[in-house]
Amino acid sequence: MMKENFLIKIGLTMDIHKKKEKDFLVITVKGRLDALTAPDLEKDLLETIAGGELRLLLDFSDLQYISSAGLRSLLLLAKKLKSAQGEILFSSLQGPVAEVFKISGFYSIFKIFDSLQDAYQN
Amino acid sequence: MPILAEIVLPAKLEHLPVFLKTLIQCARDQGFSAKRINDIELVVEEVLVNISNYAYPGKDGEVKVVCRMDQPGCLIIEILDSGFPFNPLDQEDPDVTADIGERKIGGLGVFLMKTLMDEVYYQRLEKKNILTLVVHNK
Repeated sequence: MMKENFLIKIGLTMDIHKKKEKDFLVITVKGRLDALTAPDLEKDLLETIAGGELRLLLDFSDLQYISSAGLRSLLLLAKKLKSAQGEILFSSLQGPVAEVFKISGFYSIFKIFDSLQDAYQN
Repeated sequence: MPILAEIVLPAKLEHLPVFLKTLIQCARDQGFSAKRINDIELVVEEVLVNISNYAYPGKDGEVKVVCRMDQPGCLIIEILDSGFPFNPLDQEDPDVTADIGERKIGGLGVFLMKTLMDEVYYQRLEKKNILTLVVHNK
């Protein structure tokens, strides 16, 4: 509890919200996806996938930071979905996150949209 | 070279925010751009996570981070541990063009470090791993 309060105070946390939209599960990830928070997202979404949701759209409009630990979790989830004939899509990447995606070659392996509307239309 | 910050803490993941906050403050004070501050965060997180997870198998140990100003607009960040010898620069770069089936899930952190820092040096001295990052403001 103490640790959590401390992290909130210095703004180093992550929030996840999910909603069903068309045939996607839209997952809004806010804050930071780093070594401290990526395990939570990974666990949550592995359960979601195990529960039968195979089309995930990750909304990163409020994601401020992603580190290699976050990238690792996304690759793991993508592999899991691929083997289940599912799909992972991304939308609304902000500057620092887009930059890391570029360097890591994620633009050539993932479908990435400028906005949620663009993603729905595809 | 003036020392801007020096922190020694147990090599545990829970201390990551303290190290990062301190370095972010140093970089901000030196007028670094938001982009370069983000780069520093990414790289230091990677190094500290590796140390927390692998440097001291089965025992406790410490990690020390020293931030110096080399010249205006240039920071030198030294990260030291007394754990298992490990040179991250020996790691092979991941194939960032491989498709999702063939992609390895690890290895991106060190690749980001090599890509984003201006210079990176590794030394093993007096049973210590010393990683030196040189970062210019851009």
